[in-house]
Amino acid sequence: MNSVPLHNREYVYLDHAATSPVRVEVRSAMEPYGDVMYANPSGSHRFAREARRVIDEARDQVASVIGCAPGEVIFTSGGTEGDNSAVLGSVRRHGGRAVCTATEHHAVLHCVEHTNGVVVDVTSEGPLSPDHLRSVLTPLDDISVVSVMAVNNETGAINDIEHISRAVRRQAPNAVLHTDAVQAACWIDLRTLWPHVDVLTLSAHKFGGPKGVGVMVVRDGITLEPLIFGGGQERDRRSGTHNVAGIVGTTVALGLTDENRCAEVKRVGALRDDLLKRLTQAIPSAVASISSSVGVAGIAHLCIVGLESESLLYLLDESRVCVSAASACASGAMEPSHVLAAMGFERDRIRGSLRFSFGHTTTQSDIDLAVTATIAAAARLGAVVNT
Amino acid sequence: MKVLLAMSGGVDSSVAALILRNQGHDVVGVTMRLWGGESDTGCCSVSDVDDARRVAQQLDIDHLVFNFSEEFHRHVVDPYVVAHAEGTTPNPCVECNRHLKFDKLFVRGRELGFDAVATGHHAQIVDHNGSLRLGRGHDAAKDQSYVVHMLSEEELGYVMFPVGTMQKPELREMALSVGLRTATKPDSQDVCFIGSKVGRAGFLEPRIEFNAATVVDGAGVEIGQVPAVELVTLGQRRGLGLGGGDKRYVVAVDVPRRRIVVGDESGLFVDSTEVKKLSWPYANDHQLLDGATVLVQGSAHGARSSGRIIMSGDTCRIEWDRAQRRIAPGQTVVFYDETDAVVLGGGIVSA
Repeated sequence: MNSVPLHNREYVYLDHAATSPVRVEVRSAMEPYGDVMYANPSGSHRFAREARRVIDEARDQVASVIGCAPGEVIFTSGGTEGDNSAVLGSVRRHGGRAVCTATEHHAVLHCVEHTNGVVVDVTSEGPLSPDHLRSVLTPLDDISVVSVMAVNNETGAINDIEHISRAVRRQAPNAVLHTDAVQAACWIDLRTLWPHVDVLTLSAHKFGGPKGVGVMVVRDGITLEPLIFGGGQERDRRSGTHNVAGIVGTTVALGLTDENRCAEVKRVGALRDDLLKRLTQAIPSAVASISSSVGVAGIAHLCIVGLESESLLYLLDESRVCVSAASACASGAMEPSHVLAAMGFERDRIRGSLRFSFGHTTTQSDIDLAVTATIAAAARLGAVVNT
Repeated sequence: MKVLLAMSGGVDSSVAALILRNQGHDVVGVTMRLWGGESDTGCCSVSDVDDARRVAQQLDIDHLVFNFSEEFHRHVVDPYVVAHAEGTTPNPCVECNRHLKFDKLFVRGRELGFDAVATGHHAQIVDHNGSLRLGRGHDAAKDQSYVVHMLSEEELGYVMFPVGTMQKPELREMALSVGLRTATKPDSQDVCFIGSKVGRAGFLEPRIEFNAATVVDGAGVEIGQVPAVELVTLGQRRGLGLGGGDKRYVVAVDVPRRRIVVGDESGLFVDSTEVKKLSWPYANDHQLLDGATVLVQGSAHGARSSGRIIMSGDTCRIEWDRAQRRIAPGQTVVFYDETDAVVLGGGIVSA
């Protein structure tokens, strides 16, 4: 089979919110653990002890990036496991109901729906209003967990976790507050989020780490029912042999992300603004889905009213520009976005949605090529464009 | 040519992909996601999408999935439900071809720059006195010209049926010879959006109100009851709770009055049939057809009977040469020329 060389500059990869290319430093840091350093860290011999030390050091480094204690860091299989553990683990341990916003990732939303929880609507601007959350929580007295994502994975809308935390602490003081910070890691200092929540989840492949590894941070004193039982790893909170190579890669990727974050937010934010400005100027029917002031630097989401994302994606793919629209279902078909529907967007607008997402490999030349290709595709599909 | 091939995950469209690729076309396979609900049959389950994708990978062609579920609901599922509530017997496969494959997918293909849209249907495009006509598939037992009869001459210029010239055994042999995973997959049978466990009644129950009806004989004497008049079809013999005895058929379904009339088989025979929603793919023909004798096919693989077409505005009447068993209102009839080779047009039975 042909494989697509993603670092090949002939391709424009603007789908970092789906997955971000593995950083070269990450690849080389992981290599020995897929090879000569194969020991299981749960063993007692010298090789096992060496692997154990690697995990312990990784945990310290991750903790320092989040601002939590090392003992609060749990390594998982990814964002979905962390989200599931937070919601289901709270409800199973403490009873009561789960609450989340209507724009959560399905890894949270489906857990809340599965346990007959409460789904809170958001503003048409994207973020959840802390006042609205407070009013929803007021009549409820059996809330075990509230889950509010830090950054939305489709639109990039940022939730005000600090004020949301105050609302939850006042109205539901016994509830566990979880934030899915999967899309936040690249753009928001995690040390500013952690003080306001009890549980926080990350996914390594969104910040240049490997797939299949994640981090769940659980505040000391908070107990969640484990999802996975077995050998009692991660202090009985998450069983299963440690993915040593993955954990090493995650740690290196997170460290680099943290180190470069300030500069990247500035650099990538300028690229995003440039792309949005040029596309909305050239295509009058293209409307940015949220104001840049409430979104992260790494995501530009817009809808070209009257066009269909499936056709746009095909033509962009043909022009070697990789972007996405909404989430895909099991068949691989694009599903109409539940996020945009929750924001009250009209059907016609939702159908024409496009998400460009940026990261550590994105350059000005990617933006230029993507802008040209998108304008050409829109024109081809019958949209009016200014030349 | 750049060809967009509809791939259902079945053997016919798999072989169509193989043929088109071998002919040197630039083929992109697409599976249409039509039905979001649960279903274990037909051509749009996730495992069928997997089959289509794996075949495309094996042949090294691109494969896409288009989500047309909204259009499918609007043009196929909703009308199917409404038709049952009205007591008619719809043909959802015909409507799916009319609106999904040969409208929505055509539009997609054209706007994305494809030179043709292909499907795995058993039908042929033939030259008929200098114009393109839809002909029956080479394999008479698998012929699908009935379900794609609405294609116009212009559309026939844009569509390809790569397996239309093949016999099914030959086609399966070809699939086996290159090791396509769909080579021995059974043909789809039932309505694709209705799972075999749920069945038609189970599918309709949450969607329409079932009304009990009285079963009467030819003299109007009540001889039984059925729980749902909406599930009774003209010509039906079983499931009326009448027990054994004489062979009795449903000869009339009166939904508003909740009455079902049964009688012997002779009560099912009619001299003429009214047809509405006509489609005349070859625009100039239908004037010429007034009064002409044609062959009429009343179901997907049914026999043909000859009759005369009498036009009347946008409807027509078929005057049968010999009395015919009634075709249920809602069913599609397709007209073929006197040699039974090419499609002339079609419509939906109104009475």
